Amino acid sequence: MTAAAEPVVDQESQEAHQIGPREYWLIAIFLGVITGFEVGATYVDSIKGGWLIALLLVLAAVKFFTVVGWYMHLKYEAFTVNGLFYFGLIGAITLFIVVLLTFRALF
Amino acid sequence: MATEVGHSLSSPLDLRKTAMWAFLASEFMFFGAFIATFLLYRGKLNGGPGPEELFDVPFTSVSSFVLLSSSLTMVLAHHAWEQNDQRQLRIWLAATALLGMTFLGGQVFEFTTFVDEGLSLSTSPFGSSFFILTGFHGAHVAVGVLMLVSMVIISSRVGLEKSRGMNVELVGLYWHFVDIVWIVIFTVVYLVQV
Repeated sequence: MTAAAEPVVDQESQEAHQIGPREYWLIAIFLGVITGFEVGATYVDSIKGGWLIALLLVLAAVKFFTVVGWYMHLKYEAFTVNGLFYFGLIGAITLFIVVLLTFRALF
Repeated sequence: MATEVGHSLSSPLDLRKTAMWAFLASEFMFFGAFIATFLLYRGKLNGGPGPEELFDVPFTSVSSFVLLSSSLTMVLAHHAWEQNDQRQLRIWLAATALLGMTFLGGQVFEFTTFVDEGLSLSTSPFGSSFFILTGFHGAHVAVGVLMLVSMVIISSRVGLEKSRGMNVELVGLYWHFVDIVWIVIFTVVYLVQV
């Protein structure tokens, strides 16, 4: 009475196939526009200091997760793969903050 | 029996991809440490030139745009590979390699200009941390270009069908990773400094 296992289906590639070249081009245009905003923001005198840094970091994060989600297809990947990626990312951010705190460079 | 075949076909492929993701996750640590080091030392100039005098944001913006564009060509190569369109695959892989080389050319030009203006690895902690961070990223791009050129050659000689494994997918993941790391470096190193 062994239960038949489900055949392995590559669900990631099945769903990723729903995105095509048209979507990839649109994403590229979106990324280009965001980059334009980023560079433009550094030349606007009224946005300076902490506000500028916050804006630049938010825009960079938008680009980062757009590439990761759609070009690297992470949003269609299994939980394990997502876990690996976020483990590395959170680990790097933690390391980054610890180094800066250790040398009193953050506050 | 059919189930066993299903597992035996898919599991090794998934393992390779998972291993690549694990490798990329570990790479985050490297770059996280280098970026933190750069931020620690960015103000330590030792009398040498600093970011305000050296950085040419419009030039680096164009370089960044070139690298971002290479992510588009890479994902189009991946799409062609999935469709088993060998000609389109070669075109997009070659385009990605070309864009990567253009980015590297820009980096070599930038480094040469900085050295001419008095910034070297040993000038100041700022110089050391800047060259190590961006040079380390450039080395990753160079490795990616080598892999892409190899793929183009293999594709033109024997083809890169899906049944031969997932090399295009793995190289694609690596290439996009190089791109997302640059997104962070460009913002933190170049834009926030201005």
